[in-house]
Amino acid sequence: MTAIADKTPADPPIIRFEGVHKWFGNFHVLRHIDLDVVRGEKIVICGPSGSGKSTLVRCINQLETHQRGRIVIDGTELTDRLADIHTLRSEIGMVFQSYNLFPHMTVLDNLVVGQHRVRQLPRSEAESIARQHLERVRIADQASKYPGQLSGGQQQRVAIARALCMKPKIMLFDEVTSSLDPEMVKEVLDVIVDLADEGMTMMVVTHEMGFAREVADRIVFMEEGCIVEENKPAAFFNGPASEGGRFFLSQVLHYG
Amino acid sequence: MSATVRKIQPAQPPPVGSGTRISWLKENLFSSLWNTAVTLLLGWFTVHFTLTVIDWALIDAVWHGESADACPRDRGACWAFVTARWQQIIYGQYPGALLWRVHTAFALALVLPFAFRLARGRHQAGIRATVLVILPVMAMLLLSGGILGLEKVPTDQWGGLMLTLVIASIAIVFSIPLGLVLSLARQSRLPALRLVAVGFIEFWRGVPLIVVLFAFVSMLPLFVPEGRNIDILVRTVIAFAIFNSAYMAEVFRGGLQSVPRGQYEAAEAIGLDYWKTMGLVVLPQAIRNSVPALMNTCISIFKETTLVMLIGLSDLLGVIQLSLEDPDWLGPTHIYGSAYLFAALLFFVFTYSMSKYSLRLENRMNVEH
Repeated sequence: MTAIADKTPADPPIIRFEGVHKWFGNFHVLRHIDLDVVRGEKIVICGPSGSGKSTLVRCINQLETHQRGRIVIDGTELTDRLADIHTLRSEIGMVFQSYNLFPHMTVLDNLVVGQHRVRQLPRSEAESIARQHLERVRIADQASKYPGQLSGGQQQRVAIARALCMKPKIMLFDEVTSSLDPEMVKEVLDVIVDLADEGMTMMVVTHEMGFAREVADRIVFMEEGCIVEENKPAAFFNGPASEGGRFFLSQVLHYG
Repeated sequence: MSATVRKIQPAQPPPVGSGTRISWLKENLFSSLWNTAVTLLLGWFTVHFTLTVIDWALIDAVWHGESADACPRDRGACWAFVTARWQQIIYGQYPGALLWRVHTAFALALVLPFAFRLARGRHQAGIRATVLVILPVMAMLLLSGGILGLEKVPTDQWGGLMLTLVIASIAIVFSIPLGLVLSLARQSRLPALRLVAVGFIEFWRGVPLIVVLFAFVSMLPLFVPEGRNIDILVRTVIAFAIFNSAYMAEVFRGGLQSVPRGQYEAAEAIGLDYWKTMGLVVLPQAIRNSVPALMNTCISIFKETTLVMLIGLSDLLGVIQLSLEDPDWLGPTHIYGSAYLFAALLFFVFTYSMSKYSLRLENRMNVEH
């Protein structure tokens, strides 16, 4: 496990937000976001729905574009004029709430297509990498099935493997357990915990507070498009510094 | 409260006696006196109707004859008209000695779907594209001749079912890719492209096909250089392809809209660019979802070809119409009934095969889900 302590303060952040704003029509969804993430760091973003968590994460691979401010990923600033957004995206893995596997391809082909068509690896090499990653998410025996034949938990693990195949520098998880049946949440979270232990840089939007506490280096709490609190997980869960954080936890943990 | 624990019950077969044919009849057709009466009455009607049709179409029918005199009575069908005019109905005025070329062209068309399907392996896409281009081109060259020592057969000698099939298949083959491009342009991010696509689609959808046909036949020569004459069949086929591409575009738009936003996002997130996202992820799903509506439009096109009769081409229906006006067959109107019924059956054979093929296509594609 890579400890953040190894990094010198001068180590440039792999993700940097500087005064980022975004609007959906008139709705001001991100309001002056400043955030630095260093290599190997695991950030959990939480907050009430509609607070802009997903939008923030989706700005990192430009599935959403920001309108003001700067976002710099590993030294590359994200602008409209960025010549090769596709290469950049291929180096950022993303896992979605609704899996979004390609239903017309086998599990194996889901993992091969990006390596073969974006990273230009020969098919045979892509397939062997794909199989390694299916092994890693404990689903190697399903390689020739179609996504529709798998359970939700299995599909989500395939989606994680698909992202990992691209050898990403950063992994983004956008509420990846929110549409799973309760008994399948753990198998997916276990895979993410393993990944965290290996030192992957991760940004995770989640409502799983127990998981957040275990895996996060830092909790980012959002409310109405703003980051209102950044804190160590232990400190955040023991007593958030912000009023919004305290209210949020009181709601989340109500039955917990 | 103390806990209650129960064992898991083994699964059992369903109760006997339900689901057999006899019990189905009892439950659905003979469950009450009233139901039984209705069943018997409808049964009697069905039998009576079937026997009448058999009498008319087979037993009392006239099968051979050279003119209307062969069918003096209207008790039975006059198939004599069909058998006497068989060659014109199927091939128009195509020279009798060269019919083998029509047959070979037709065989090539039949082979196409199989060749397309058998293409496998690394060069699958290439083989398919080649098959898709080469076979139709070979078929057209065979029909028209004029090269490789094949005697030229001018298109004004083409007619009958053959002409119907030629117009329909060329219209379908060209309107599908054109429609696909239009549907992509319609959802493009570039406003100009979108505007052009919407304008094109709305215009061609907004005018009746017969008007388009008349306009193309009379106006197209105005737009080509002096002295060049575009074959009337070519004009007709262009009109059909353009007109129907607007419908195809809307079919594909429906298919594209059925692909969830998340599919685009997932494809983009792994770094696929626009064309790869469309080609590898979106279109395979969109086209699959378009198949039923696509086949619907193809069947429409096939039936609409009958309109070419009005601009002087002798398609299947045109030939029948012309032959009925021939002095030999002029007179008894009951011959019309037999002639048009035969045309209807012939059309039905083709449209029904198309719809069966589409079902098979859907099933095959669903297996892959």
